[in-house]
Amino acid sequence: MIQGIPLEHFLIVSTIMFFIGVCGFIIRRNLITMLMATELILNSVNINFVVFNRYLYPDQLQGQFFSLFIVGIAAAEASVAIALIINIYRKMQNIEVENVNELKF
Amino acid sequence: MTGYTYTVFIILIPLVVFLITGLLGMKWKPIVSGVIGTIGMGISWTLSLITAGSYFFSGNHAEGFQTILPVETTWLRFTDTLHINMGILLDPISVMMLVVVTTISFMVHLYSLGYMKGETGFARFYAFLSLFTFSMLGLVIATNIFQMYIFWELVGVSSFLLIGFYYQKPSAVAASKKAFIVTRFADLGFLIGILILSFVTGTFDFGKLTEPGTAIFGSAASMSFLGISALTWAMTLIFIGGAGKSAMFPLHIWLPDAMEGPTPVSALIHAATMVVAGVFLVARMFPVIHFQAPAAQEIIGYVGGFTSLFAAVIAITQYDIKRVLAFSTLSQLGYMMLALGVSGYGGEEGLGYMASMFHLFTHAMFKALLFLGAGSIIHAVHSNNMYDMGGLRKYLPITHITFLIACLTIAGVPFLSGFFSKDEILVAALNHNKLLFAIEFLVAGLTAFYMFRLYFCVFWGKEDRHYHHTPHESPLVMTIPLMFLAVASIFAGYIPFHHLVTSDKIGFASEMNYMVAVPSVLIGLFGIAMAWILYKKESEVPAKLAKSWGILYTATYNKFYFDEIYLFVTRKIIFNYISRPIAWFDRHVIDAFMVGIGLTTEKISYQIKGMQSGQLQHYAFMFVAGTLALALSMIYFLM
Amino acid sequence: MFYLFAGIILICSLLSITTRRILRAAVYLLCVLLATSGLYFMLNYQFMAAVQLTLYAGGIVVLIIFSILLTHHITHRFKHPNITKLLMGIGAGSIGIGLALVTILSHSFKATTNPELPVDMTVIGTQLLSTEKNGYVLPFELISILLLASMIAAIVIAKKEKNKNTEI
Repeated sequence: MIQGIPLEHFLIVSTIMFFIGVCGFIIRRNLITMLMATELILNSVNINFVVFNRYLYPDQLQGQFFSLFIVGIAAAEASVAIALIINIYRKMQNIEVENVNELKF
Repeated sequence: MTGYTYTVFIILIPLVVFLITGLLGMKWKPIVSGVIGTIGMGISWTLSLITAGSYFFSGNHAEGFQTILPVETTWLRFTDTLHINMGILLDPISVMMLVVVTTISFMVHLYSLGYMKGETGFARFYAFLSLFTFSMLGLVIATNIFQMYIFWELVGVSSFLLIGFYYQKPSAVAASKKAFIVTRFADLGFLIGILILSFVTGTFDFGKLTEPGTAIFGSAASMSFLGISALTWAMTLIFIGGAGKSAMFPLHIWLPDAMEGPTPVSALIHAATMVVAGVFLVARMFPVIHFQAPAAQEIIGYVGGFTSLFAAVIAITQYDIKRVLAFSTLSQLGYMMLALGVSGYGGEEGLGYMASMFHLFTHAMFKALLFLGAGSIIHAVHSNNMYDMGGLRKYLPITHITFLIACLTIAGVPFLSGFFSKDEILVAALNHNKLLFAIEFLVAGLTAFYMFRLYFCVFWGKEDRHYHHTPHESPLVMTIPLMFLAVASIFAGYIPFHHLVTSDKIGFASEMNYMVAVPSVLIGLFGIAMAWILYKKESEVPAKLAKSWGILYTATYNKFYFDEIYLFVTRKIIFNYISRPIAWFDRHVIDAFMVGIGLTTEKISYQIKGMQSGQLQHYAFMFVAGTLALALSMIYFLM
Repeated sequence: MFYLFAGIILICSLLSITTRRILRAAVYLLCVLLATSGLYFMLNYQFMAAVQLTLYAGGIVVLIIFSILLTHHITHRFKHPNITKLLMGIGAGSIGIGLALVTILSHSFKATTNPELPVDMTVIGTQLLSTEKNGYVLPFELISILLLASMIAAIVIAKKEKNKNTEI
């Protein structure tokens, strides 16, 4: 109980953040905004790990380290995604996600 | 008694000839198929004469003729007692029929060598003739009623092929279709009758069904439907099948039209063999009909009597030679059926049975002679129309003499075979049913009248008729059968049928009944005299007479409009109210169902195809939704 | 304090996904990330918070803004999203929230009574590079390779195509 805030409240926040990210991923038409929604998702998971670490296993550090690695991977993935977006922009002059639909029936 | 197993060749030779001429006939010159067919038929004929000789005339028959089964194999076994066999049954009527069928068929084969010479399809003709003979022989030697039904249908098919031989002519095609459909329709009744009969008695076998004093009908007495006993239904339905093949009223419509086939075909099928199949069937089932279904027997008698009167009246007005002969055949078949209808069983009582079979035999001879003679006339004059002919006796001597002999026979002139057989029928009718006797008596006079009308118009009549080219006598190959059949017509009356072919297979003595014979001869001579007066010299009297009868004449000439009635019923009623809805149902409901399955599948697959949209967000949504669904099901439904 | 951060996180993330101007979305994302690191500070994980600030807020958001500037008209406003997509997204989101919350709240989390481990840099450093139990040297090395790979990938993918007609 850090400052009298129960664990569940943290979890509520991270859950809502997660699903807002999912919503944003599905609703948005622009590739970059979809990427931003993905970052939201990753962050919510981060919060979850850290909070569990603090509340349930205060003598261990696994949650923190895992979050660290998640941040690193998120960075790598964001850079590759942006490289792809730039390539798509060169091809199609805009980055609507509806134009990227070659893999269909 | 030596084994009769050689009888199997009588029936197999035509089958083999059919296969050979049918499959290979195209490769040879046509005459080769003709010769093969004729020789094969000749061998069958000889064998059947040998069979008849050894069956009827050797050994002691005081107790009656035995039924012999030289060959029998079980084909289909339904239960222990109910099985369909294939075999050969030899008893008096079947041996007699063997002789009749093979003789007439051989004569027709010989005759066709000359008549059909130069026609296209010569080999096909002989193939079909052999097929027909095979089917007819199979029918007469059948051991059980189902085998008979199988061959019955085969006979129907062969006659369809033969009537429609000139398949380029629309009228021939229509006639063959009509024949097949009418007889097939009658065969429906036949089949139902067979089924009822076999259900009631538990067997198909003729031997078991016709055994005197048999007990298999015990259970039948209590079964009835709509107040009529089951066996009466069965026998009436079987008679309907026979009536179709024998062209009894009202199923007679196909026989006049069947004259579209070549004349030898008319001689073989419609004079001597196929049309007597119905009579043969009734004779075969006679003990059953007589003892178990007397009501059916009465129906048979009346139908036969009515048909003979009806046909005789129509024959008076027709002017196509073959049509006159066709109606004459109908009339004589009526005689045969009537004789069976009035017959009793055993000894003197069974006179009608014997008379019917006797008349069948003699009728085959002289009717075939008449048809072949008509063919000879048509071959010479190239027309069927009686009014186109006259004075032919100068040009066709042999045909003239043989035709005259046949006409005298059918009119019942004494000492020719027709007199003996017709007389027996009249005696049998007199003993049983006075009304039928009166009808038949009248018909005898009418028969003489119309046959001699035909004779005088063709051979006397207009003496100085100009023909396009002089008619010449037919070649020898056509006149030999005529002469043979004329001799047979004269002498067949002397065969002692009352010793050989009777209802209970035991011979009885019979003698001439002068009370019946003399009036019947007189009425026949009266008919001849009327025809002489009206037709021997060409005159205006017949035409004036026809006009004075007015509407009755027109109705008779148009065969009482039965064909039109049938056409109306089929076209307007059956087609419109039964066939059309059924066809609509088939096309729109059943087909639509099948097509609907296909279309539905296509639509569904089109929808599923849409799921691969290529849109990233659709995939993401599916991913999330799937995960949520899985989680829901795992948490709530499996725990 | 927590409720302040929580509120900022929720409101800014909502705004980030619904705004029609792209640069504002990036800024809202930045706010979310800052609030998150504030949350980490509150939980006494200073290292984590610092990493979050440096990498996420400083690195990734900057990267995103660069790419926005490279590929967009800044004044370009978004069109409204498709109604189907809207329904799909909101549906999935709400059902998900419902399911997750019900599951979480019905579970009782038991806290341990172990003493708290003081977390400072030396502890984190030795743990990160130790090879014994609870050592993270393997993932550390792997992540460095991954970062190298992604760097090369980004360069290769985003390279300009050589113009075929240039003279050599």
